[in-house]
Amino acid sequence: MWSKCRWSTVMFSFLHRRSSVMSQTPPIVSVLPTRGLVDEKFKVLVENLPPGRPVTVRSLHHSDNGHYWEAFGFYTSDHRGTVNVSKDQSVGGTYTGKEPMGLLWSMCPVPGSHKGLRLRKLNMCSPMLVNISVHSGHEGFRDGAPLASVLVERWYMAPGVKRIDVQEKGLLGTLFLPPGPGPFPGILDLWGGGGGLVEYRSALLASHGFATMSLDYLSCGQPVFTYVETAFNFIKDHPQVIADRVGVVGLCLGSLPALYLAADSTVVKVVKQITSPLLLVSGCDDQNWPSFETAEDINQTMRAAGNDHLLSRLDYPDSGHLIEPPFSPHFRASTFVTTNKRKAMILWGGKTKPHSDAQEDSWRKILSFLQQHLCCSLNAKL
Amino acid sequence: THKMGETVDTLERCCVSLSVNPSRGLMDEKFIILVQKALPGFQLTIHASYHCEDGNSWEAFAHYTADAGGTVNVSQDTSLGGTYSGVEAMGLLWSLRPVPGSKPGLRLRKKNVQTPMEVTISVYQGHQTEGFVDQVPLASVLVERWYMAPGVCRIPITEEGLTATLFVPAGNGPFPGLLDLWGGGGPLVEYRAALLASHGIASLALNYLTPKTTMETGKMVDNQYFEKAYKFLQQHPQICDSRIAMLGLSLGSAFTLKMAVYSQVMKLRCVVCIGGSHVQPVDGSVEQVLGYMEKNSEKTRFTENNEMIWRDLLLPIPTDPSFKVDVGRLKCPLMLVVSEDDQNWPAPESAKDMKEMMERAGNSHLLTVLSYPNAGHLIEPPYTPHVRISMFRTVVMALWGGQMVEHSRAQEDAWKKILIFLRENLYDIKRNVRAEIKNTYFSSR
Repeated sequence: MWSKCRWSTVMFSFLHRRSSVMSQTPPIVSVLPTRGLVDEKFKVLVENLPPGRPVTVRSLHHSDNGHYWEAFGFYTSDHRGTVNVSKDQSVGGTYTGKEPMGLLWSMCPVPGSHKGLRLRKLNMCSPMLVNISVHSGHEGFRDGAPLASVLVERWYMAPGVKRIDVQEKGLLGTLFLPPGPGPFPGILDLWGGGGGLVEYRSALLASHGFATMSLDYLSCGQPVFTYVETAFNFIKDHPQVIADRVGVVGLCLGSLPALYLAADSTVVKVVKQITSPLLLVSGCDDQNWPSFETAEDINQTMRAAGNDHLLSRLDYPDSGHLIEPPFSPHFRASTFVTTNKRKAMILWGGKTKPHSDAQEDSWRKILSFLQQHLCCSLNAKL
Repeated sequence: THKMGETVDTLERCCVSLSVNPSRGLMDEKFIILVQKALPGFQLTIHASYHCEDGNSWEAFAHYTADAGGTVNVSQDTSLGGTYSGVEAMGLLWSLRPVPGSKPGLRLRKKNVQTPMEVTISVYQGHQTEGFVDQVPLASVLVERWYMAPGVCRIPITEEGLTATLFVPAGNGPFPGLLDLWGGGGPLVEYRAALLASHGIASLALNYLTPKTTMETGKMVDNQYFEKAYKFLQQHPQICDSRIAMLGLSLGSAFTLKMAVYSQVMKLRCVVCIGGSHVQPVDGSVEQVLGYMEKNSEKTRFTENNEMIWRDLLLPIPTDPSFKVDVGRLKCPLMLVVSEDDQNWPAPESAKDMKEMMERAGNSHLLTVLSYPNAGHLIEPPYTPHVRISMFRTVVMALWGGQMVEHSRAQEDAWKKILIFLRENLYDIKRNVRAEIKNTYFSSR
C-alpha cells in the first residue's frame, strides 16, 4: 500500500488549498473495474464538468524499470458535463475516435524519454499501476494540475494464482498454477530471442485456467530442442497437470522449438510431421521475422502432406512482430541487446491502431483455440 | 491419482470451469459467477468460504442445475436451496454464516481494511449441504473484496487529542469530507470510512468512546471533541471546507443529530443517521447521554434465549423538549435509515417523531426517510452477512433483529441511496447522471 500513497505525493506534490474552487467542486473521474486483469476492458467516466468543456483524459504509468509512459485523448464534455471514454470520440492525442482502451494501448514514453523503450512488466506479483486523470483543455493540458484523478490496477495474475520457481532437471523456468484443486491443462510458454525469463504471458494464461511454465531456453547452455523436451516432460508429469492436455505457445524464436515439439519430437508420442492442431499468428508488417512468408510456407507443406486441416492462421495487415497480450502499448522499434552485447535499434514494424486491434483479436482467438483443444467439453467426449 | 489415465472424474474436473468477475472488486460491487462446460442438467453446489481475521470460518452455499448449454449463471439462475434460494447474484456473500461448531454470537467485521477479504468460491458435484471441507471441489477460484480502492490513503490521526483514521481518495482533491461515527459496540471501525473514500469522499472514522485521552484519563470526551474533528477536516489541504457531511450509526446518530442542530462551529452540508434516535438530554455530554440510557436500563427486555432487547430504553418518545434534539431547527438535508425490526434502538418511532417535529417547524422538505420492513439494527455496507444476534462488547448477547433476505436487500438499497444522497449534496451532481453508473462488470470475453 505504501507505493500508492507515495505515488499520490510524488505525482501531485503541490497540495494546496485552492480557495477559488471552494464553491465549485472538481470533476470526478471513475474507472470500472479499478482492479482488473490486463486483458480485461475498463470503463472510464468523467462527471461534474461544466457542459461543453474541452478536456484531456490522460493515463500515466511508471514502469518497473523507471520510465514514464502516457496516453491521452482530447474530449469535450456533453450537456450533462460528462465524458464517457467508452462511447465518446477522442478528437486528438495518442489515439482518436471511439476507443475504450486507447488509454492503454496507445501509451508511449513521455516527452524527453530515451529512444527505443519497451514496456514490459517484470514483477508479476504486483499490479501495473496506471493513473487516469482529467485535465483542462487540449493542446496545453500539461500546463495545469490535473482536475481529478484515479488509480487503476492492472494485474497479470488473478487472485489465487501461484508462482513457482522451477530449478530442477537443469531447467530454469517459472510455473504459474491456477487456483483450485486441478488438475489443469498445461502450457509450455516459449519467448523469443530477447532471452531471459519472460513471465507475463504465462501468468495471464494461468489466470485463465492453464498451468503454464515460461522457460529461459537461451542461457541454459544445452541444445535447445533437448532442453525444451525436458521442460515439456516436466509439465506433462506435474501432479497438477492433465498429461494428455499440454500445449505449447511460442513467440518469435520460440516458435521453432514449439514447431519441433509438434512435429519431430519423439516426446509427443503419436506425432509424425505435425499431427497436433497448430495456430499461426502473423503480423504482415513484421520487420523482424518473415512470419507471413513462413506461415505461407508451412501452409503449403502441410497441404502437400495432407494435414493442413490441423492448421489455423491469423494474419494481421499492418501489424508488427511483437503481438503481445491486449492493450499493451505498440512500439514500432526498440533497443535490443544482441548476443555479443551490442545495443541495436530493432525495427519490429506495425502501425499502432491495427497492431493494437490485432493484439486484442488474436488473444481472444488464442485463448479460444487453447480452450477448445486443451479443455474439450464433456458433451463432445461422450 | 489423477495421472492414472482418463477417468470420467478427470474429464469432469478438466471440463467444469468456474469464473467470478470481477475477481478483485470493491465490497459494494456486484460480481458474476459463471459455471460452464458442465453436462446439461448437472446438479451442482456453489460454495463460498471465508476465514476471518479472528480465526472463525464462514460459509454459504447454493444448489443449482446446469441448463441445456451446461451453464449456471448465478445472476440469472435460480438457487433451489442452500443458505439462500431464488435468483440472487450476491447471495453467496450476504448469506455467509459461521460454519457448524462455531461459537454463538459471531459477527463478521474486517479490522484491517488495507488487505482484501479473500473469499474462496468453489463448485461441488451434486446438491450438498455439509462436509465441504472433506471433499475436493470440481473447481475453485479466489475472489478479493476490497474496502479500499487503489490509491486511497489511510492516515491515522492523533493531533488535537483526536483518535481517528482518515481515508483520502486518490488524486489531488479537493474532496468533500465526512465525519463517520460508529455505535457503542467497541473499538474503532474503519471499513465504512474506507469505502466512502473509495467513492471520492475524504472520510474520518472517529473514535469517541475509547480514544487515547479516555483510555489514559478515564474521562469521556466532551462535545467539543466532535467540533475538533470537524475543524480538522475543514483545515485539511485536500478537503473542501464548505462540503462536509456527517454520518452516524446507532449511538453515533445521537451525537450526529446533536452536533448538526446545536453546534455553532459545524456547518454540515448534509447528515445521515442509521438506526438512531434524537432522544437524549440535549445539553448532555457523551457521558451524560450514556448515563441517561443507563438510568433506563431496567426497561431492557430479554428473549427466551436471554438476548437483550434495548429498544425500549428510549421509549416512550418524550414530550419534554430538553430530551430530544430539536430537528425543527435543522438547516441541512437529513437522511434517516430506519429498520422496522430494529430491536436495539427505537429508530422507527424516533423517525416518526422527527418527521412530525420537522413538519411543524416547516423544514420537512429537508427530510428523507428510508424505512425497511424486517431489517434489523445493523445496516452495514452491502453484501456483508446479516446477524440477528451477536456478542456486544464480549459481555452480553444483543438482539439486533431482522430477517436475512430483507435485511440484505435493505443494506444494498440503503447504501446505494446513501451514496446518491451524499454525492448530490456534496458534489451537486444531478440524480439522472448518477443513475448511469452501474456496478456491473465489463469484460473483454
